[in-house]
Amino acid sequence: MSAHADTHAHEDDHGHHHKETFVTKYIFSQDHKMIAKQYLITGTIMGVIGVLMSMMFRMQIAWPEEPNVLFEALLGKWAPDGVMDADIYLALVTIHGTIMVFFVLTAGLSGTFSNLLIPLQIGARDMASGFLNMISYWLFFLSSVIMVLSLFVEAGPAAAGWTIYPPLSALPLAQGGSGMGMTLWLVSMAIFIASSLLGSLNYIVTVINLRTKGMSMTRLPLTIWAFFITAIIGVISFPVLLSAALLLIMDRSFGTSFFLSDIFIQGEVLHYQGGSPVLFEHLFWFLGHPEVYIVLLPALGITSEIIATNSRKPIFGYRAMVASILAIAFLSTIVWGHHMFISGMNPFLGSVFTFTTLLIAIPSAVKAFNYITTLWKGNLQMNPAMLFSIGLVSTFITGGLTGIILGDSALDINVHDTYFVVAHFHLVMGISALYGMFAGIYHWFPRMFGRMLNKNLGYIHFWVTAVCAYGVFFPMHFIGMAGLPRRYYTNSNFPLFDDLANVNVIITIFALVGGVFQLVFLWNFFYSIFYGKKSVENPWKSNTLEWTASLKHIHGNWPGEIPHVHRWAYDYSKPGHEEDYVPQHIPLKDGEEELQH
Amino acid sequence: MSTTVVNTGTEGKTWGGGNKPLNASYGKMMMWFFIVSDALTFSGFLAAYGFSRFKFIDSWPIADEVFTHVPFFHGNYPMIYVAFMTFILIMSSVTMVLAVDAGHHLNKAKVTLYMFLTIIGGLIFVGSQAWEWATFIKGDFGAIQTKGGNILQFVDTEGQRVALGDFVVAEHKDRTAHERKNGLWFVSEGTLPTYTVEEVIHGLETHENVLVRTQLLDEHGHKTVLSREESLKQVKENGKLVVEGANLHVNEYGSPLFADFFFFITGFHGFHVFSGVIINIIIFFNVILGTYEKRKSYEMVEKVGLYWHFVDLVWVFVFTFFYLV
Repeated sequence: MSAHADTHAHEDDHGHHHKETFVTKYIFSQDHKMIAKQYLITGTIMGVIGVLMSMMFRMQIAWPEEPNVLFEALLGKWAPDGVMDADIYLALVTIHGTIMVFFVLTAGLSGTFSNLLIPLQIGARDMASGFLNMISYWLFFLSSVIMVLSLFVEAGPAAAGWTIYPPLSALPLAQGGSGMGMTLWLVSMAIFIASSLLGSLNYIVTVINLRTKGMSMTRLPLTIWAFFITAIIGVISFPVLLSAALLLIMDRSFGTSFFLSDIFIQGEVLHYQGGSPVLFEHLFWFLGHPEVYIVLLPALGITSEIIATNSRKPIFGYRAMVASILAIAFLSTIVWGHHMFISGMNPFLGSVFTFTTLLIAIPSAVKAFNYITTLWKGNLQMNPAMLFSIGLVSTFITGGLTGIILGDSALDINVHDTYFVVAHFHLVMGISALYGMFAGIYHWFPRMFGRMLNKNLGYIHFWVTAVCAYGVFFPMHFIGMAGLPRRYYTNSNFPLFDDLANVNVIITIFALVGGVFQLVFLWNFFYSIFYGKKSVENPWKSNTLEWTASLKHIHGNWPGEIPHVHRWAYDYSKPGHEEDYVPQHIPLKDGEEELQH
Repeated sequence: MSTTVVNTGTEGKTWGGGNKPLNASYGKMMMWFFIVSDALTFSGFLAAYGFSRFKFIDSWPIADEVFTHVPFFHGNYPMIYVAFMTFILIMSSVTMVLAVDAGHHLNKAKVTLYMFLTIIGGLIFVGSQAWEWATFIKGDFGAIQTKGGNILQFVDTEGQRVALGDFVVAEHKDRTAHERKNGLWFVSEGTLPTYTVEEVIHGLETHENVLVRTQLLDEHGHKTVLSREESLKQVKENGKLVVEGANLHVNEYGSPLFADFFFFITGFHGFHVFSGVIINIIIFFNVILGTYEKRKSYEMVEKVGLYWHFVDLVWVFVFTFFYLV
């Protein structure tokens, strides 16, 4: 039995006599591996809530205003006689977006894999500050709890969209969700930002200071590069969201006019004057766009690692990959205006942002081509992690191509706020990052729990998910081109869109099937934690350092000395070696040349 | 293990691993990155301030006319007091540098002294800011807010500001109290201004030499003064509210956004200074107790020093953008 399950079984009788008690090991743990698991489980639970919400509002779109037993059971007073209320539809869309972007794909993805892999892959005993790491997780947990609690507010949760544009978010009386629901949303996000800051500070200084001897920056696995740069983007962009949130709180509760100008409500002039909602959009999207890369870069890092390992080939263009991560990080901070082409922003600024936005296509294309060239003529090991990584490359390209259209202000104006946009960002960041997360879970599950996930269930999970993801989001391009606006509760009042009703039914069916099949993954995941096949020490024959540490839970990772590093992480199929992989801690042979330095 | 004898090929390289490439402990680096992050929060606020100010570039209040008071002195001393505050804060940075330097020499007595002086400097700054806020909230001349939200101020024929009290007579009046029978007894009422709009109109009619000055700036950066007829017409037709001082809703000096940003940004900065003082006090007691002497390292003093300098630096920007330009 693994150490994990072992302690579980005996925790009652002598858990207290160990150095690590049940509480310090499983709850207030300062061990990065345990914190990673905590992030993963919390993120998964939030993910289930987010996906369930999307299935509900998809049913409303496909069969508008028809009674539904599920709505009656889950939504209660928000679905009188089983018909979904328009207010709760908006709230579901809002909270779905918030949960998926921040709680699943930021904290769930970055929090899990940065925590698990940074110390293990750079050869460190733990994060620089285990204590701050623990605080970071518990702040995230607290913010998740507050976000979930906001669903039960009497007037409804926040319903201003995940971008919470004022005045809907700034005037407490604007709509049901603008009151206590919005307040809780803001409180939750403020705590989330604090959590993210503490996490990022830890990741950055750990990578700078705690690399083992020989682990130079050019020998770092690409996962670590991705997590490192992601943390830096987080430190730069999240505080600006904090500024926006604080100013919004002032507007909501203390009567300032930062984001509000002259407004009438029911014939009454409110006292606000002079503020500008466009200012909020600027502040929000200065975070909002880098956030896309905070979500995506870790997934790309994970994919780089998995594709190289399972192609049994060195990653193609290591330095180009690092450079493209850096370029994406830099460019991500100067493109936010492309979310605001129709906000009334100066059209000249629009063309500047078009230019910077299209520049991002270059490093993105570098990454896509390098993945394909790494796969080229590789000895491909088609395990579930590899399938999800290839899936990521596919959705990254599909979604990226529509990004070129949306990044161009002249083209964007035609499809702004339609389902075309929904299709674009779900494919390029939503599904791609989700695939990256799944790939990471399939790949590092043995590292986390000492057991293997069931491979066949993994194949089923991948293929159904892949077909359904395209089934959902591909047709959305067409209904978006036809002009169908996003976030509408029902389209039955517009005869113009009658022809699209059938497409929406098809999309919803794909969404429901795809959503339900995630149960296969959940079952596989939780079953395998306890009863999965035991893993061998290096199941994927990988080069990185995390596989040189014992799979048992050891606080400090390596029982003896930390291994030194002699080569980069991608010595696969190197001539002159018996095996097709040479782990990083193996010294160079006499006369052997280092491939990448 | 063989790995201990074999070279890794990165020996002597700064970023080769197994060392501290920036020559700094993780705690110090965390402070640096925290400062980067906090700097961006302030940048967000200052960018928002710039955005809003630029929107009202032709009518933004003139700082020299707003911040003219010095405690215990009457009269017009623009920027004197804030210059004093700024000087104190910068001096506290100097004493902090001396404390850090004394820490490097493990000189406990000197660290104690300079930390103490830094704390005193911080407290003087926070206290001064409270005074500055109180003065700003109280206001000095008073003004009329129009229906469109603009501010009308009063000047004499020489262009000198005239306070409402100099030409308006308040009639004594009783405020109708909210009573239980009105159903409004539980509603709290704001304070009423000293004068009503009608009284101001009356005062203006009886004082021939008082003119109205609008918030609109001319090409020389001066506020536009209206003619006698225009003045009366403006106040009579558009006067809505008598404004004395500034708060988050109205501002007698001009755009309410000026007051909103002033209170928010200096408040947020003041909160930082206040937290800095608290942290400094904790460190001060640790120094006295000899915690760092036992550790043979005063790095904690260095870390709070970094934070303190950052807070000072932010003030330089806040000072520049609110008071100087």
